[in-house]
Amino acid sequence: MSGQYIIRRLLIMIPVLLGISLIIFTIVRVIPGDPAVVLAGPHATKDVVDQVRVQLGLDKHPVKQYLLFIGNIFKGDLGNSNRTGLPVTKEIMARFPNTLILAFASILVATIFGVTTGIIAGVKQNSKFDYLSMLVALFGLSMPVFWLGLMLMLLFSIKLGWFPSVGAESFKHLVLPAITLGANSTAIIARMTRSSMLEVIRLDYIRTARAKGLSEKVVISRHALKNALIPVVTVIGLQTGTLLGGAVLTEIVFAWPGIGRLLVEAILSRDYPIVQGVVLVVATMFIFVNLIVDILYSVLDPRIRYH
Amino acid sequence: MSLLQVRDLKTYFYTDAGVVRAVDGVSYDLKEGETLGLVGESGCGKSVSALSILRLIANPPGKIVGGEIFFEGKDLLKISEKEIRNIRGNHIAMIFQEPMTSLNPVLTIGLQIGEALELHRNMNKKEAREEILRLLRMVGIPDPERRIGDYPHQFSGGMRQRVMIAMALSCNPKLLIADEPTTAVDVTIQAQLLEVVKELTSRLGTAVMLITHNLGVVARHVNRMAVMYAGRIIEQGPAAEVYAHPWHPYTIGLLASVPRLDKPRKERLVPIDGQPPNLILLPPGCSFMPRCSYRMEICSKERPELRPVGDGHFTACWANMER
Ligand SMILES: Nc1ncnc2c1ncn2[C@@H]1O[C@H](COP(=O)(O)OP(=O)(O)OP(=O)(O)O)[C@@H](O)[C@H]1O
Ligand code: SF4
Ligand SMILES: [Mg+2]
Repeated sequence: MSGQYIIRRLLIMIPVLLGISLIIFTIVRVIPGDPAVVLAGPHATKDVVDQVRVQLGLDKHPVKQYLLFIGNIFKGDLGNSNRTGLPVTKEIMARFPNTLILAFASILVATIFGVTTGIIAGVKQNSKFDYLSMLVALFGLSMPVFWLGLMLMLLFSIKLGWFPSVGAESFKHLVLPAITLGANSTAIIARMTRSSMLEVIRLDYIRTARAKGLSEKVVISRHALKNALIPVVTVIGLQTGTLLGGAVLTEIVFAWPGIGRLLVEAILSRDYPIVQGVVLVVATMFIFVNLIVDILYSVLDPRIRYH
Repeated sequence: MSLLQVRDLKTYFYTDAGVVRAVDGVSYDLKEGETLGLVGESGCGKSVSALSILRLIANPPGKIVGGEIFFEGKDLLKISEKEIRNIRGNHIAMIFQEPMTSLNPVLTIGLQIGEALELHRNMNKKEAREEILRLLRMVGIPDPERRIGDYPHQFSGGMRQRVMIAMALSCNPKLLIADEPTTAVDVTIQAQLLEVVKELTSRLGTAVMLITHNLGVVARHVNRMAVMYAGRIIEQGPAAEVYAHPWHPYTIGLLASVPRLDKPRKERLVPIDGQPPNLILLPPGCSFMPRCSYRMEICSKERPELRPVGDGHFTACWANMER
């Protein structure tokens, strides 16, 4: 992994993000609904609406709007929210840490539980643990996020009172949303780890390790695990991306003040600058996660060298 | 006393298609410091019978269903997991047939050789490093100081096999099982590897079980040889004797087609017309019968057991060869 390679990967981000910005810029303008009408209110006269439109800069030609938008991005300015008038960067920064915390907690939960379960299930193939955990994983896969969120909330906060149901004031508030958001990924990571483990465990070099007289514990932890985790790292990376999407629903169910909820609110009120800003930030995150996955890959597998 | 006594070993694989009788009643002895050659066509059960000694058969689908394997008087099939682990890599070591896949791709070869040293010879990291360097030098890997931190993919097939040899000999085993590679290594390299094994084991007094397709190799390098066919030993005896007076029609056929070092070797040795039998549906009589030009009536009805035909020379065939 050369520094040059990382720099090149970072430079590639620029055209990718430009492409994404164009797509999202177009999409928000194609979906029906006029921001000026929404903002001016249902009883506003046509004059007022036109005035609002000028204020928002939406009277300009779309190409000009886009160029302005891009030009401002390079100055670190994503525009102002239609609704609050505050800078988009400020709005996002106020919410983004919450989403990061939620996403990080979820992927952490998913990785720890998923990988551990997958290893044990794989090593003890066809055991009770294997059957049970894979059955639970199947549930985890087929459960819609909002349904699971509501069920957890019903059981653990309303019935048992162990955790608060909504808000983001303390660590306790994080538990249920993190489990909800991470459930799907836990299941996917567990299944992937298990099948990867099963694959690796029957390879020739594992037999070589056993032939040395190593204990099963060392054979698994030193010889099988690192190899088995190589494909799992990709899945964890992909899941981190998916998670950012899933965060929207979780944030709504648990009234978690993150950018997912911000995005939904912005879409409903046709707040173009916020929508564009949130999408760009999420896309940037996604690309970074991919880069980290590739770096991890080369750490795990000496055969991989990026140039 | 024999170092290794294998008695009526049976290793089967339980597959969807049926029970594969890969090793079906194999017996042989190996004395201390002696070299035994195990030969036979591809799929006759050589590797499986070797892996059975160290209980390295994957279960499922494989299972050692019968027999005894005495090593220094102890039945390896009856001792605990812990006891067999203390024998593996320590008293009995194995060089595997697959040089490209038998080393862990994500660990350095230094680490992979050092493991056994730390485990069986109680060396610390520093002592182990010195010993690894010595072993690498011993098997003829140039520039060991630089290579010790390299990964398997940075070595050729022949060099990887040298690493395997170093690994196998690291704890001065009493018995070395060497399964000759049939792919990934060409015939000259293979001859070199064999020289390395032979040189080192004779210096250390290690007993060797050499598994090979190459009868020319057997004749030159081993004290005794055993010929396998369809999961059984059909002829065994002193190498020179079997070589000079082969008895079993299969051995005769094998010897007639010995590949010569000065000619390019065929991918797989197919010395005799016809295919080896399906190990799931073995015929009741002699397994070699369908391909045998000496066959008689009794051959299809009763299975021939090993019987003495010379001094320490045994064969499993009904025919009485004229000498
Ligand atoms: N895991 C397995 N499942 C089913 N059958 C197996 C398995 N491993 C080996 N066998 C069967 O056991 C038989 C003996 O295999 P073995 O590997 O011992 O052959 P071999 O004599 O070493 O051949 P080669 O010279 O090609 O190495 C083969 O017919 C093979 O199909
Ligand atoms: S027993 Fe019969 S069939 Fe078998 S090898 Fe001898 S002669 Fe041939
Ligand atoms: Mg073999």
